[in-house]
Amino acid sequence: MQGSLYLAWRYLRHHWIKSTILVASITLIIFLPLGVRVLILQSARHLTARAEATPLLVGMRGSPLELVLNSLYFGTGSPEALPYSDVDALDSMGLALPIPLYTRFRAQGYPIVGTSLDYFAFRDLTVSRGGMFAMLGECVLGTRVAEQMGLGPGDAVISSPESVFDIAGVYPLKMRVAGVLAFSDSPDDDAIFVDLKTAWVIGGFGHGHQDLAEASAASGVLRRDSTSITANAAVVQYNEIMPDNIASFHFHGDVGSFPVTAIIAVPPDQRSSTILRGRFEESSGAAQIVVPSDVMDELLGTVLTVQTFVLAAVVVLGMGTLATAGLVFGLSLRVRQRELMTMTKIGASPASIRWLVVSEMVVVSAAGVALAFLLTALTASFGPPVIRAVFL
Amino acid sequence: MIRVQELEFRYRRSDFVLRVAELEIADHERVAIVGPSGSGKTTLLNLFAGISTPDRGTVQTAAERISSMSDSARRRFRVQQIGLVFQEFELLDYLSVLDNILLPYFLSSALRLDDAVRTRARSLAADLEINDKLARNVANLSQGERQRVALCRALLPRPRLVLADEPTGNLDPSNKHRVVDLLLENTQAAGATLVAVTHDTEVAKRFDRVLDMAALQ
Repeated sequence: MQGSLYLAWRYLRHHWIKSTILVASITLIIFLPLGVRVLILQSARHLTARAEATPLLVGMRGSPLELVLNSLYFGTGSPEALPYSDVDALDSMGLALPIPLYTRFRAQGYPIVGTSLDYFAFRDLTVSRGGMFAMLGECVLGTRVAEQMGLGPGDAVISSPESVFDIAGVYPLKMRVAGVLAFSDSPDDDAIFVDLKTAWVIGGFGHGHQDLAEASAASGVLRRDSTSITANAAVVQYNEIMPDNIASFHFHGDVGSFPVTAIIAVPPDQRSSTILRGRFEESSGAAQIVVPSDVMDELLGTVLTVQTFVLAAVVVLGMGTLATAGLVFGLSLRVRQRELMTMTKIGASPASIRWLVVSEMVVVSAAGVALAFLLTALTASFGPPVIRAVFL
Repeated sequence: MIRVQELEFRYRRSDFVLRVAELEIADHERVAIVGPSGSGKTTLLNLFAGISTPDRGTVQTAAERISSMSDSARRRFRVQQIGLVFQEFELLDYLSVLDNILLPYFLSSALRLDDAVRTRARSLAADLEINDKLARNVANLSQGERQRVALCRALLPRPRLVLADEPTGNLDPSNKHRVVDLLLENTQAAGATLVAVTHDTEVAKRFDRVLDMAALQ
């Protein structure tokens, strides 16, 4: 038996191209359906866990899926904004704690999430280094953002301009990093959090004024005399809120009209939740209320239906590949008839010859199965984060 | 010794019939079998080896009536008592020289592969002047070297009988004489009986006795 295994191994090693193709075929036959299933189940678990942890979400009427994906996973699409007065209105109903979200801006590809401190308590997020933002212009970083940007407390991050050619548009804001959040294995690890007002400053709803009489503003002065100071035409590359200019920052207009992209509503009990949903459904206003887990279930229902079709196709493909692999093995045995006859003449029993052929099949199959399970394990570990990064 | 009595053998779906009334080959004798193609030389070797069994009559090889044995007993007997050398060498191109020599030990539980066998394989390879090529793949050897590997494989289990089917058929003249020398010397040194089929009268003359198939039938 040991001799047969050794001969099988030597044969497969000598004909390594054929062996590799057979192993790859078996790996694909097993990995494709298994990997797809594991990937979908793992991704679904991650998606539904976040959605189930968010009781209700209020946003402008439109696609509930876009609202959920943007508000829970900070996807790139930005839903239409609600006025901040809706947050106050929701609060005054006394049926839920409103947590505003404003997710329009990005910094080096990472989403900037404007929110209130209630968000951190609601998501059970804690600061691992530094502290929470306390001042206009400060931010806290998700773990992965801090790791990948190599930033920590005291460093700075600048928001990305929406259009580099529009100097009158959204202006970059240099934000001081107040702290870094502890790892939560959620989309919060990949986000930059600021106070809602800081997000509004980035959006141009609030601004500061530079006092040209101050010595620090010398680079912006064109001419100065005893009666007047004339500013030059230099463009400031980014705004920065510092202790010496924070007092000059202010907002114009009614704060109630300022935008938020969504409101997380956290009702204290089921009854409040039901009443709140009823009020929104009866209302003919511009806002909608959605249950994120229902929206995700609907999405996953569609995904699982597609998965069934994909798996059916993969099984058919797998059977074809298996048949081809069997044919390759069969033809190979036919080519080796003379070799097997010599073995018989030398003294190998029919059982030894059978065992030799079975050994080759077992070695190839075992390698294919092991590789398929390894790939499945890797997919289970790294697939869901990749899916989140690519599709959300 | 080999003793054949009233032997008759015919292939299915063929008119060919091999009949040998009586034949004896003594222990340690070196016999060449000659005859035209299709006269049954290889068939006779297969009957001596127990690869084929006669329709009638008996074949006694090394004091055992091989023609009456069961398949498994005949196989076991062949592995332990008979060494086979083929015209086309029949080496496995995916094995090294040493592994080809040890092949019967990988294939049959009747032989036990241990360090002593490996040492004997190296010593035999040295006798046959291929000991410096043991790690090489057989595909990289010359025809003469390949036949020496085949001879080494046949002699390793210390057989009492060596059956060679046209062992020089694929060799050039210089290799032919060298291989015949090695075949005769080593079977004699091993104390084995040698029966070789050949077309070559020059090769046949080197043997103790020459059997003509035409005279046997």
